[in-house]
Amino acid sequence: MPDKPDRNAIEVVNVSKIFGSGEGQVAALDTVSVSIRENEFFTLLGPSGCGKTTLLRLIAGFDFPTAGEILLYGQDIAPLPPFKRPVNTVFQSYALFPHMTVADNIGFGLEMLGKPKAEIKARVAEMLKLVKMEALAGRRTSQISGGQQQRVALARALAPQPKVLLLDEPLSALDYKLRKEMQIELKRLQHETGITFIFVTHDQEEALTMSDRIAVMSSGKILQVGSPWDIYDKPAERFVADFIGETNFLTAAISEMANGKARATLKSGATIEATVAQGFQPKPNATVVVRPEHAKLTKAKGELSGTVENIVYFGTDTHIHVHLDSGELFTVRQQNTRSAGCGFEKGDKVGILIGNDAAQVLKD
Amino acid sequence: MATAEEVAKAAERRDVRDRWLLSAPALLVIFLAATGPLLIVLVYSFLTPGSYGDVKWQFSPEAWVSVFLERDIFDDTLSIAAAHVTIFLRSIKLSVVTTIATLVLGFPTAYFMATRSEKTRDLWLFLITIPFWTNLLIRTFAVLQIIRNEGIVNTMLLKLGIISAPIQILYTDTAILIGMAYVYLPLMVLPIYASMEKLDFRLVEAGYDLYASRFQVLRRIIFPLVKPGVIAGSILVFIPALGAYVTPSVLGGGKNMMLSNLIELQFGQGRNWPLGSALSIAVMIIVMVALLAYVRNAGKSGVRHG
Repeated sequence: MPDKPDRNAIEVVNVSKIFGSGEGQVAALDTVSVSIRENEFFTLLGPSGCGKTTLLRLIAGFDFPTAGEILLYGQDIAPLPPFKRPVNTVFQSYALFPHMTVADNIGFGLEMLGKPKAEIKARVAEMLKLVKMEALAGRRTSQISGGQQQRVALARALAPQPKVLLLDEPLSALDYKLRKEMQIELKRLQHETGITFIFVTHDQEEALTMSDRIAVMSSGKILQVGSPWDIYDKPAERFVADFIGETNFLTAAISEMANGKARATLKSGATIEATVAQGFQPKPNATVVVRPEHAKLTKAKGELSGTVENIVYFGTDTHIHVHLDSGELFTVRQQNTRSAGCGFEKGDKVGILIGNDAAQVLKD
Repeated sequence: MATAEEVAKAAERRDVRDRWLLSAPALLVIFLAATGPLLIVLVYSFLTPGSYGDVKWQFSPEAWVSVFLERDIFDDTLSIAAAHVTIFLRSIKLSVVTTIATLVLGFPTAYFMATRSEKTRDLWLFLITIPFWTNLLIRTFAVLQIIRNEGIVNTMLLKLGIISAPIQILYTDTAILIGMAYVYLPLMVLPIYASMEKLDFRLVEAGYDLYASRFQVLRRIIFPLVKPGVIAGSILVFIPALGAYVTPSVLGGGKNMMLSNLIELQFGQGRNWPLGSALSIAVMIIVMVALLAYVRNAGKSGVRHG
């Protein structure tokens, strides 16, 4: 365990980045603030063009912020060139030097730091062992596979023992199986080295399985920061709820708030209990989200009622699309068992049961 | 009866033979055109000079002896031909310096071009090739106009009061160097640009990320990766520079001769065709040896792309 678990490795304070000028200018980042703790696996998650890679490049020093500060352990690094920052990057394309061997690639950073030859040699050997590439140390980088190149890129970035490791969608070029393997490998490396990882991805599953905390980004803003559990179960905004996993949106009137819970009156007239963020003001037409696997379908009466419109079989589970009497659409995910079917048929009149801890009220 | 396979094989053999026969005239012309004149030059270099500039068909190694040596008029003793050696050395020196100068100017130019956006890159490429549209002689005279004593440079400097008398640039080695560097610069820029354009600039970022300073990135990452272009550019500049004729005769004023001027002299006023021939072949040998050494040396740590 880290000594001071709450120390911040990186603090991004009101950072904006504007590309271009005049009418063609684009705000890639719009007054973003976020703190990344020491030793954590922090993920920037969002669709392409949301500004996640821009933020990473600002931390690495490849671009400079238009406004704001970036602090590394309290020191403002925003004006420093990349080669003066104790931060290393694993590039999406790996960017291995084609004219050098695997070992020379890994040792490059240490060599540039002016470390003694013996120390470089020992450290390179250690890194090769860490990523299990000892046998290929003398190869050219063009002579190894994509997965191996990925490992070399990791070893190269870890060798100088950076204070923070930045990873720019490093797994996107790998096939599915290798990606799964590398996800576990990355977690192991982060654990063994104790280095703060900042990981950029557009893959929500990757983010959920690997991260200690996730920042969801959209259009140059950070919408929500929290643990994978927070992000999935308590999405604050419509975009977050929609981008991560599948979800149902229901219009509801919110009233009687206490202890983070509220009464939500749905269009059907039924009331359910929903989790609500602090400081939320009661209003008549808020949005409530319910994950498909947190609702239950019944032939009796439920909080909602409707007609089964479509049944989609997924192997592990079945998705049942229900056209609600209120006109809204609702999906229920039901775990499959081996013997029976899902128990419902197209056109069935059904009720939907929403448990006490299933609904979340969105901020907007 | 021949089997189908045998017939097909025979047809193929006939086909190959026909192809050789059909291309034979062209091949013959190319072969003769390439080797014929060289052979004549080689033969002439072993003959005796005639009184009116032709050759006498009489074997003599004298021309080859006088490439680097000089026979005393009175006692026939041989000594080093100082004039020839000076011209050889000056030519080699000027060509090497021209190559270095074009490299120093051309490398940043190519880097600048390669780092522009794709659209503007084509424009820069186009601009680089513009000098090729004008005759070499005219371009050389343009340089002459700029650097002569009453030229733009000297006039400006005089008016600004930086100098009190014009600087003598014209008819010096410096003038030849300026002229050649200007004329051959595109030949250096284009091959380097071709290599630079293929360079993945994410590697440059990776270098910066791994604590390499700008100079270290240039030396350790950019330079090794564009080396094939640098080698090609150096060859393309060095060879024509060594054989340059127009530039040194216009800007050197006939006083500072280079090899081509010396050779031309033998076929003109000198009326010594065998010596001219021997000098020409000597230059060819120098170029070949220099190239072999350079390519072998550069290839040792060279990079294979792909």
